[in-house]
Amino acid sequence: MEEIPTPSKEQPHHPLDDLIRTDRIPHIWCPGCGIGTVFSACLAALKASGINLQKTVMVSGIGCSGRAAGYVKLDSFHTTHGRAIPFATGLKLANPELNIVVFSGDGDLFAIGGNHFIHAARRNMDITVICVNNLNYGMTGGQVAATTPYLAKSTTTPAGNPETPFNLPLMAYACGATYVARWTMLHIRDLTDSITEALCKKGFSFIEALSPCPVNYGRRNKQKPLDMLKLYQEKAIIKNDADPATLDIDFEKGIILGKFIDLDRPTFIENYDKIYRPSRLQENVPELNS
Amino acid sequence: MKPAVLTGEYFMTGDVACAEGALAAGCRFFGGYPITPATEIAERMAIRLSHVDGCFIQMEDEIGAMASVLGASWGGMKSMTATSGPGFSLMMENIGLGICTETPCVVVNVQRGGPSTGLPTHGAQGDMMQARWGSHGHYEIIALAPSSPQEIFYLTITAFNLSEKYRLPVLIMTDEIIGHMSEKVIIPEAKSIKTVSRPKPKGRKDRFKPFAPGPNGVAPMPAAGEGYNLHITGLTHDEKGYPVMTVEAQTEMMARITEKIQRNLDDIIRTDSYLLEDAEIAVVSYGISARTSIAAVAEARKLGIKAGLLRLVTIWPFPEDQIRKLADRVKGFVTVEINLGQIHREVERCAGGKVPIFLVGHPGGTIIHPDSVVKMLMEAF
Repeated sequence: MEEIPTPSKEQPHHPLDDLIRTDRIPHIWCPGCGIGTVFSACLAALKASGINLQKTVMVSGIGCSGRAAGYVKLDSFHTTHGRAIPFATGLKLANPELNIVVFSGDGDLFAIGGNHFIHAARRNMDITVICVNNLNYGMTGGQVAATTPYLAKSTTTPAGNPETPFNLPLMAYACGATYVARWTMLHIRDLTDSITEALCKKGFSFIEALSPCPVNYGRRNKQKPLDMLKLYQEKAIIKNDADPATLDIDFEKGIILGKFIDLDRPTFIENYDKIYRPSRLQENVPELNS
Repeated sequence: MKPAVLTGEYFMTGDVACAEGALAAGCRFFGGYPITPATEIAERMAIRLSHVDGCFIQMEDEIGAMASVLGASWGGMKSMTATSGPGFSLMMENIGLGICTETPCVVVNVQRGGPSTGLPTHGAQGDMMQARWGSHGHYEIIALAPSSPQEIFYLTITAFNLSEKYRLPVLIMTDEIIGHMSEKVIIPEAKSIKTVSRPKPKGRKDRFKPFAPGPNGVAPMPAAGEGYNLHITGLTHDEKGYPVMTVEAQTEMMARITEKIQRNLDDIIRTDSYLLEDAEIAVVSYGISARTSIAAVAEARKLGIKAGLLRLVTIWPFPEDQIRKLADRVKGFVTVEINLGQIHREVERCAGGKVPIFLVGHPGGTIIHPDSVVKMLMEAF
C-alpha cells in the first residue's frame, strides 16, 4: 500500500522569513491595509539588490508604517515622531559603510518631519526614503494629513479637507533628491524594482508608495476596502520621466506613477571628505604621513 | 592637522575648552544648530573634528541635531551637541529617546536668561530643573556643572566617560559666563587622560540582548552593522529590545533605567568644598555661582562668620546624602544660584526642616555679586 506522508505540523516558510522577526508576528496592521505589501516589496528589494544586509539598517519614525522597523530582521531603529531622517543622518555619518533605509508614513515624514526631509534631500544624504502614503493619520484613528486630498473627510476635517495636499515627488525633486519614483502597493513589481534601484543608487532616493487605509480613510470617504485598489488599477497612468510639477494626486483625472528623477550629484559625505577629510579620499592616502 | 589632545597651556574660553575636552574624551561626531551662547562650541568642533577624522554637521534645527547625535552613537561614534535654553527645550523629546534606548551621548547647555528667547547674551542658571525633568515620563539623568573653563575641559571628559559607562545622555549644565570667559586652561598629555568606552558584547550574536543588565546594571552595546540584528525602540521594551505593552514590562524597564543610576551614586556624584569642615553655615552652590560663593565665604570668615561652601559638581542625581549629613551639623544653609530657587528647593527637601535655609537668587542676566551672599550670611544668622 502506498504510504501517505503526514503533513508537517510546521507552518510553511515564507521566502522572506529570513528577513522578518517572525517572533513578533502577528503584526499590528489592519485587514485591507497596504503597508504589509509595501513592506514585503521593500524586503524583496533588499534581497534582490545584493547589498550587504549585515550593513543595512532600517530606521522608522512613529505611526503605522513606522512599525516596519520592528518587524524587519536587520539592525532597526524605531525613533521619535518625524525624526527618522535626522537619526538616519547621524548613523550614516558615523558609519558611511551602512546602507540606510528610512521606512515611514506620510504624516511622519512630511508633516512633523517635513523639515528634515527637505534638508536631507538638499544635502543629498546617501539614504533611501520609502514613504507609505495612505492619505491620513491611520494609527491615531484617521485625522487629516499633509497628503489628504482636498475635500476628503477625516476625523479632524469632518465636513471635508479645506487644505491642499503636498505633491511629494515634486517636493523631493525641488529639494534635491537624486532618485524619485511613485508607485501604488498594487504595482508590486514596479515598486520592488524601484526600491531595488534606489537601494543601489548613491544619494538621496525617495519612493512614494500609495497604500489604502480602509479602516480610517476609506470608511469616511465612502470607499469599500477594494475601491481604493480599483482606483489604483483604473486611474494609474504610468509615465516615467513625467514632469514632477504634474504629479498632484487627482483620483478623477488619474494618478501618474513611474520613475521621475534619476540623476547624479555628489553626496554630503563625498563633499565633506573632499573639503574636510581629504585623507579619506583614496588618491590622497599618501598625505596621511605628511 | 592637529592631534585630538592639544597638550599645552592656553588662554581659552569655556566654550572652546568644552570642545577640546570632548575631543580628548574621544568625541568624533557633533550635530548642532547655532544658538547664543553655545555657538562657539559648534564652531570649534566644525574645524577640530576634521583634524581627527570625525564628522561635524549643522542640522536644520535642534530636534534634528539631537536625533543625529543618537543616530551617530548607534553608528559607533562618541557624539555630542551643544545648545542653550530654546534649543534645549527642542531637544527634550529626543533626550528622552536617548534615556529610553540607553544611548550614550553628551548634551551641553550653555544657559542664558529665560523663559522663551529671554536674554540670549546674558548668563543664567534657570534650566536646572528642566535638566532633571524636561523630557516626559519618569527617569534618572546625569548633569554636571563646571565652574571654570579649566573645569569644563575635564568635566566634558567625565561626562563622556559616565555616558559610555551608564549608557545615557549626560548633560553639562554650564552658563553664558563660563562659556564666554577666557581663563588659563591646561590640557594635559593624552596618555594622562582616562577615557571610557561602552563595553562591547561578547558571545553568540543571535542570543545577545541589548538591554540585559550587566554587573553594574548596564548592558554592553554593539553598533549598527555589527551583525546583531538589533531592534531599538522608544516604546517600552524588554531586554531583547522588543516592544511590550504591559505594566510588567514598563516596571522592569523603568527599574533598569533608574537603578543603574541609583545604585552607582558613589561613582557618579562629585562635590567639592571650601572651608566646610568647621563651618556652621553651609553655602550650597554650583557653576559660576560657586565662584561668587567662594569669595563670599572668604569675606564672611574675615567678618567672623563661620561659613563654608559645598560646591555641587554633579547636580543630578542630586547629592542628597551630602546635604543630609550637613543638615545634622550646621546651623543653616544658604543656596546661591542664578534663578529664583531651583536647586534651593532640593537643598530644602534634603535638609528636611532640621535647620533654616535661605536663597540668594537672581532672575538671570548677571553674575551674583559676593556682597549679596555676605549680606545674607550676616543678616540671616
